[in-house]
Formats: sequence, C-alpha cells, structure tokens
Amino acid sequence: MPAISREEVARVAALARISLAEDELDHFASQLDSIVEAVRTVSEAAGGDVPATSHPIPLVNIYRPDVVHPSLTVEEALESAPAREANQFKVPQILGEEP
Amino acid sequence: MADLFGFDEALERFDPVLGIEIHVELNTKTKMFCSCANNFGAPPNSQVCPVCLGLPGAMPAVNHKAVESAIRLGLALNCEVAEHCTFARKNYFYPDVSKDYQISQYDDPIDFDGYLDVELEDGAVFRIGIERAHMEEDAAKNTHVGGATGRIQGADYTLVDYNRGGTPLVEIVTRPIEGAGARTPELARAYVAAVRELVIALGISDARMDQGSIRADVNLSLRPRASDPSKQAQVPFGKRSETKNVNSLRAIDKAVRHEVRRQAALLASGGAVVQETRHWHEDTESTSPGRSKEQAEDYRYFPEPDLLPIEPSRAWVEELRLTLPEPPAERRKRLQGAWGFTDFEMRDAVNAGALDLIAATVEAGASPAGARKWWMGELARAANERGTDLAGLPATPADIAGLESLIAAGRINDKLARQVLEGVLAGEGTPEEVLTARGLEVVSDDAALLEAIDAALAAQPDIAEKIRGGKVQAAGAIVGAVMKATRGQADAGRVRELIIEKLGS
Amino acid sequence: MNRLTRLSAAEMVTLLDSREISSVELTQAHLDRIESVDGAIHAFLRTLPEVALAEAEAADAARASGEDLPELAGVPIAVKDVLATKGLTTTCGSKILRNWIPAYDATVVKKLREAHLPVLGKTNMDEFAMGSSTEHSAYGPTHNPWDLDRIPGGSGGGSAAAVGAFEAPLALGSDTGGSIRQPAAVTGTVGVKPTYGGVSRYGLVAMASSLDQVGPVARNVLDTALLHAVIGGHDPKDQTSLNDPVPPVVEAARLGLAGDVKGLRIGVVQELGGSGFQAGVMDRFQEALALLEGLGATVRQVSCPSFRYALGAYYLIMPSEASSNLARFDAMRYGIRVDPKAGPVTAESVMGATREAGFGPEVKRRIILGTYALSAGYYDAYYGSAQKVRTLIQRDFEAAWEQVDVLVSPTSPTTAFKLGEKLDDPLAMYLADVATIPVNLAGIPGISVPSGLAEDGLPAGFQALAPARADAFLYQVGGALEAALEDKWGGPLAAQALEIPTQSRVKEASNG
Repeated sequence: MPAISREEVARVAALARISLAEDELDHFASQLDSIVEAVRTVSEAAGGDVPATSHPIPLVNIYRPDVVHPSLTVEEALESAPAREANQFKVPQILGEEP
Repeated sequence: MADLFGFDEALERFDPVLGIEIHVELNTKTKMFCSCANNFGAPPNSQVCPVCLGLPGAMPAVNHKAVESAIRLGLALNCEVAEHCTFARKNYFYPDVSKDYQISQYDDPIDFDGYLDVELEDGAVFRIGIERAHMEEDAAKNTHVGGATGRIQGADYTLVDYNRGGTPLVEIVTRPIEGAGARTPELARAYVAAVRELVIALGISDARMDQGSIRADVNLSLRPRASDPSKQAQVPFGKRSETKNVNSLRAIDKAVRHEVRRQAALLASGGAVVQETRHWHEDTESTSPGRSKEQAEDYRYFPEPDLLPIEPSRAWVEELRLTLPEPPAERRKRLQGAWGFTDFEMRDAVNAGALDLIAATVEAGASPAGARKWWMGELARAANERGTDLAGLPATPADIAGLESLIAAGRINDKLARQVLEGVLAGEGTPEEVLTARGLEVVSDDAALLEAIDAALAAQPDIAEKIRGGKVQAAGAIVGAVMKATRGQADAGRVRELIIEKLGS
Repeated sequence: MNRLTRLSAAEMVTLLDSREISSVELTQAHLDRIESVDGAIHAFLRTLPEVALAEAEAADAARASGEDLPELAGVPIAVKDVLATKGLTTTCGSKILRNWIPAYDATVVKKLREAHLPVLGKTNMDEFAMGSSTEHSAYGPTHNPWDLDRIPGGSGGGSAAAVGAFEAPLALGSDTGGSIRQPAAVTGTVGVKPTYGGVSRYGLVAMASSLDQVGPVARNVLDTALLHAVIGGHDPKDQTSLNDPVPPVVEAARLGLAGDVKGLRIGVVQELGGSGFQAGVMDRFQEALALLEGLGATVRQVSCPSFRYALGAYYLIMPSEASSNLARFDAMRYGIRVDPKAGPVTAESVMGATREAGFGPEVKRRIILGTYALSAGYYDAYYGSAQKVRTLIQRDFEAAWEQVDVLVSPTSPTTAFKLGEKLDDPLAMYLADVATIPVNLAGIPGISVPSGLAEDGLPAGFQALAPARADAFLYQVGGALEAALEDKWGGPLAAQALEIPTQSRVKEASNG
C-alpha cells in the first residue's frame, strides 16, 4: 500500500490551491510516495520525551517599540498589483466565506 | 425562516449552551507586526508596508505595546498569564489575508483560565469562564462590488484595502456558558457589554462596535431538558452554530434569541443542527448559513518560525497588574453610593456613556446632581442634534464644572447658563470667557435696576397704582417688564424686592 | 580576459585605494566579461549595467572625496535573485514572479548599497531556491564553468558560476540546506553559510524560514570574509537576527592564511563520508586533512549518530515551512495572474490556475509534501517528529563541541553531475545535500572551500562546521587550508579551469 495515495495528493493539492492536471497527479503521486516512504524513518527516530526544536537559535522576548514608521506610498503598494481600481487591489469574486 | 419556535416554548424543551468569541482591536500606535500606523479611516492602502502587504521576503516584528495590552486584558479577565507562549501560523487562502496565513497563537495563548463576573439588569451576577485570550493580526477589508446586495454572493469582483490588515487583535474565548436558560440572550449581551466596558477602562481599544473594533461571534447549541433539572449539566452538548458579524449589543441579544428559536424548531421537527458558520443580518434580524464547505478547514497550524517565543517575566506581569483600573462594576457601585444616584439614574448615565464625564465633572468641583443634570439634559440633546456622542462634544467636564460654579456664585442664572453653554459648544471658549464676551452676567447693580423699574412703572401707571394699593402680586408684570428690558440678565428676586421696597408702605 | 577580473576582491581594493583603477573601470570589465561568457554560462537572469555603473561612479566619487570608505567600496558584486531589490525585477527563478518589482530593498542589499558595492545583476537559481542543480530555474539552467555540460550546483548555481567564471569577484547566496556550499564545492569556489541570525533575512524571499540564511560567495576565503563583514550584523526587522557584533571573520581568515591553526581541534564526522561518496572526493578530503594536521591541528573521528535522520527531517521541515511561505503567491497582490481554463473565474479558481501555471514541478512537489506533512492527522508523525530529530541533531553537535573546535566533511558526495541526470529523480537529487543539511537544522555556520580536482578533473569541496556564533573558526580553518593547497598547486584552483568559449548573451529585457 502506498504511503500517500493519488486521492491524498489530490486533496492536498486542493488544500494548497494548485490545480494539478490529471497526468501531473499521477506523476506526483508516485514521486511523493517514494519521498514520504524515505522520510518515514523520522517518526521512528524521536521518542516522546525529546523536545521539539522550532527555532535553531533559542532567543526569547524580542520586541519592536510601538513607534510609527512611514508606510509605502499608495502607488508603491499597488505597483505590482495584477489589477487595481480606486487605489485598491481588484480581485476576482470570492465564493468562499470568511473562515 | 418560517420554521421558528416561540422563545419560551423553545426554552421549555431545550437548554441553551452559549459560547462567545470576542475580537478586540487594540489601539496601539502601530500594527501588530509592522510599524505602519494603526488608524481607522485612512485612504485605502495608504497604511501598508512590505510586511502587512505580505510582500515576498518581508518579516514580522512583534509590537511590544500590543503584548503589554494583551497581558493587561488577561489580568483584568482574571486570567493566568503564560510564562512561555508562541506565535503560530494559521494557514488558509483568502484575498484579505495578505500572506495567506494569519499569525495567531495556537496551543499556548498568552492568557488563559480566567473569568468575568457579569451583572444583569436585575442585579443577578453570572460568572463567565474565560478559556483563553490570544494575540493575532486582523485581516484586510474587502469591498464586494456589483451584485445586488454588496455581499459576497453575487458580487462581480472584490476590492481589497490592506490598511486594516495587521491590526493587533486579542481574541477572547469563553468556556461553554451553561445554566442561563431564558436569560441566555440577555447574558450574552451583558457579557459583551462588560468586556467592552473593561477594554475602555483599560484604555486598550477604541471599542467601537460600529467600526468593528469589537466584534463578537456567538456560538449556540441546544440540548434536551433533563427530566431531573439537577442532572442538566450531564446532558451532552448539541451541535452548535457559530454566528458571525453580530456587531451591536442589541444584535447579540437578538441573534442568540433567533438561534434558540431556529434550532429548537429544527430539533423538534426531528431535524439536526448543522455545525456551521452563520451570518447575522441586521435587516431581517435572522441568520443565514455561510457557504457550506466541501470539507472541514485544515489550518495546518505550526510554530511561526519568523517570531520568537514570548516569556513575560513575572516582574513585568506584576508591574502591569498595578496599572489595572478599578473593575467597572465595582467602580459603578462606588460612584453610585457616593453620588446618591438612583438605580435608574445610574443605568441611564452608563447607557448614555456619561459615567466618566460625570465623574470627571464632579472631580472638577461640580455637584453630582448638577453634573448629571447637564450631561444627561442639555448636553445629551446637543450631542443628539450633532449626531455625536457626549465625549465628542467640545464641552469638557472642566467647562461644566465651571458653569456650575458660576451659577453657585450667583453670577448667572439657569437661563443665562444655557446661553453660556451654547457659547461653549460653539467653541467660543470657557464659560468664563463666554460670559465676558457675550456680556451675560446677572445685573446686580441696584441703581441700574431701579432705573429700569421706574421706566416700567411709568409705562404702566395703573399697575403701579395696584401695587401701592396692596396688590403685591401685581408686581409680577413689572418684574417681567424689567427682565425683558435687561434681556434676562436681572435677578428677578432682587427686582421684586426693589419694587416692593419702592411702592410698599 | 581582462586581467582585472582575475584579481581577488582584496587585490581590487588595493588598486582602488591607490587609484590605479576606478570602480567604473572595474565594473565595466566585469560587465564586459559577462557579455562575453554568460551566453555559455547563464549565471545571470538580469544584468544591471546602468545601475552598476552609476553605483561605481558614486563609489569613485566617495573615494575621491576622501571619505572613510567601507573596505569593499567599489568592488562589484552579483546578487542571487532571491533577494528583493527595490525597483528591480526579482523573480526567484520563478515564472510566477516574472513581473514582480519589489517596493523595497532586502537589508543585505541595502548594506551593499551603503557600502558602495555596485550590483552587476541578479543571478540564476533553482526556483524559490528549491534544488541542487539550478536546473529548476524557470529561465533555463546555469552551466558549470568547469564543464558546460554539467550543473553548477544549486540552488545558488548562478552566484557560484558567476564567481567561478570571473564574471564577478563576489556574490550573495542563500543557504537553506546547502545552496551556498554545494555550488561552491562543485564550481571550485568558496561559500559560507553563517550562523542562523548572523545575517539579516529581511528581504530574502523565504523558502524555509527556520533554515534559510544569507551568506557570502567568492573565489577565496579572505574575500568571502570581507563580504561576510559587510552583510553581517543585527537587523531589528528580522527578529530572529542575533544582537551580537559580527564575529571577527576577516581577522580569522588572515590568521588562517598565515598558517596558524596550531592546536585547533578538528573532528571528522564519521557519518558524512565513505559509502555514497565519490572516491576522488574522499581522496581530496583526506589530503586536505593531512595538510591541516601538518600545520599543527589535531584530527580525530567524531560520531553524530542522529545525522542519518537529518535528510528525512529536512525534507519534512523545509517543505512544511515552504508550503506556508509560498502561499502568498496567489495572484492577488503581485506576480502573474492566470485565469482558469474552464469554469467560473473566482478568487479561488484563479489562485489554483495561477499556482498551477506559475510554479515548476519541484516547487509543486515540495508544497504538496509540506501541506501533507502539516495537515490534520499527520502533523505529529511528520512535522512534529522532524522537529524532535532537530533536537537530536543539535545534541550531537553539542556533544561534538565538547571534543573539538570544528567538524569537517566533504561538502558534497560527488563532483558536478551532468545536466538532466537527476532532474526527474528527486530523491537522488536530494542526496547531493546530505552533508550540508545538518548544519541548517542546527543553525550553526559552515564553509566550503575547494579541496582540489577529483579523478574526473572536476572540483571537490571541503566543508568545515563550527558552533553557533563561532563563524570565525571557519575562516581560520578555510584560510589555512586554502593557503596550504595553493602553495601545493602554485596558485588558486580557479586558475586551472579552462577558458570558457565566448558566447554572447541572448538579449534580455534590461532591468525593469
């Protein structure tokens, strides 16, 4: 049984907002399966008592003072926008909803 | 829509369980993770930078003041403040989330395990358990263009303004609130009002529900009534709905009431409540389901690698505890006692947002009754006419105290005081300045008054005759004439005395 | 070839300071060199002749005015296209950012400008720095100056090849799992991945935020140290950056070049060598060790047992973070926008279509792998376990530092492989980074210096690792080895490379 199925790849691709073509799906499924298989050893390596490391260098309490710095100009902000209107970013209709 | 139970009927058969999530926008000078100004109402996309626009390569930097505000809020909610907490990424694609993940907190919020005592109108007190309060960043503002309703469905396209994106938020999550029964809607409203009052007292948010700086999501579920009421708590919770966009205190009450009636009708007819997000509609006073998702969201939380853990020192936390204001409910009780207000007067003042103004006016030397009279009378009318709230008026508590002291000194009467106030509201200066500039002071010079009396008597010899003949009440007509001649600036009592002195035997 | 381009950056500085050459001359010489060989190499995605020459003029003017100048002022540099350059297209080697013009400079780019280093252009890279061969660039591969049919390493193949082909004396790279060091190894150049936080990441387009680090690329150890000193230091815009002074890297390099490694304790990582490593690569490594020992360093074997899980942990953590970091490429605010071929045009469908069309296969593979590893039900087994392995690897290093000052290994198991050889075999490609990855997982610094030519006549690399914040050790060891080897070879390794056939560049749209 594969570590990661074609259906799983399709579900995850949808979650990652990549509209994979059918043939790509097949191709990726087999490659990802071998990669997942290869990285599986990791879950055997670490026991429950080993703490997780999320940051390589342990620092804490790093803050920025609450002082205003100049923002971009509206033009700079919108310069690379694929579409704009009334100084706003124009995006296609949204069918989802606020989570 | 048609399928609603009566509220009382619903309550007979079901026991409501409530949960409330409140998002509080903090009023820090800058955003949560960047140095852009945190202001409401700036021109679109004028307060954005590489960080809050989510430009490739930009990195977040935690605002110290926002953390401080979150800790103070936690302390005021009787929470534990974490000794170690982290930020996490909540991953989901949405155009108003510039990075397509929101920086939030996940399994270790900064504040946890607290409570807030909430007092209902009749004095009953409920303790609301606070599960957690965590820091996160707000999303940008979407404007849906085209379509009939301006809502998402049916819009042709959407315009996004990222100014609001990255505003610091604290999200306060309650534990399930059980046992409020028919008072559940009222309690929901009172809880949100209490949190609002608290953040105002802390000075950490503008707390404007109409501008979205406080937003509430209401979770509600029903479960069957237990035959033995003492065993009600053992009945498992039902499926809940989460109603978003409930943006006024009044709407909180209504939304809870609506969900109780809607769910009761569903359950009673053998249906099932769907665990879903619903939207509150102010116009129809009802909720509607959000677009159903094909599958549950999978936010893939993981520790934010760009930000480091926060470990507030106990010394800092204790230092912040000392900055906490008196709890609003206690303060109200104390002030009511000191001022001698009735319950009704007190509630009225609180609801009008006049409490702090009255307190400051009393502080500045006015009597509580005098302060109340002005703020709840003349000034409330002025605010109403101008479409602002009391705090938005140009008159300050010091002005009102000044006005009161002019009256007490006999330099103006009530009528003149209204004119002085008019001047203050017109921006003409302090009451003293208005008084001088407008020449409104009471005429207390007897010679000037006698001159006016003589003129009035001469004009109405028949009345003078009546007074001489002992009809003292006829003096009123002469007093009126003198007041008119002095444009109200005479002391009517003194005028009467002078007339009697002059004509009486 | 203009003799100027053969100089080291340190030598260029000497000539600039004595006014024998100007920065404009020097910059023009490199632009000419790029013009003549980059058609064959394709190290650059875009050159910036006007920008570079203007900066060179400014550098000359500043020098003429007697200003106290930073050490490398006037020396031109190439910048990997993963760093944001204000007003200048930055693509990260991806089609999805074909038209992105950043509104800001990365902190390190700002530092280059402030130090008057003219930026010659933006170098080619694997798309979003994902790869070990630069073949995953959406704009075509870069070729190894030692053999045009071979890969220059990756992801920073462009920066390494530019330096190796004398198109630039210096370059900036970024290293997430070896993207500076492995290209250095296979192109016979020097590259350093500084301690995590030692150089600001602000403006570095993130692949895996907890692993990424910007670092210097050059043809010799001293030049690399000089550049490190320019870009290093604290940046309040990057809260993970270290609030420490830049380590004394230049002094350390000079110490090493003078042959001073007496008493330095060197540990050979047992797990990073032997099986799977090319014989010629191992031979050069052993010879290098012997040289260092001859200079008075002590050498011992050190075991790091958890390293065998490093590749697996890396290929969970890196894609997980990348899947989140690359979510923002959604066609809403910048970059290309592609409408779906069929069905309604909605924000969601446009995101899906744009990401399908805009990302190459390796990026998609990693995003999907990372999304999978973070998704409900898999987090603990994959991402969670990988983070625990990270702890184990750090513990291995901690134990090693009890015994030695630096750890060493070959940088990459093999010399440069042929273009196309591993393109569709991701697992084989991933193995190129087996020796470089533990460094990123632990956040420590690492250097790759040339160890000579392997049996196939291609360069091999020698890697040294030091404890966090002890970057200076790397330069000391690297300097000592370089001096000893050049003594043996009679000059720099790069001098042994064949001349690159002149091939003009395909005309590209100039910057903008």
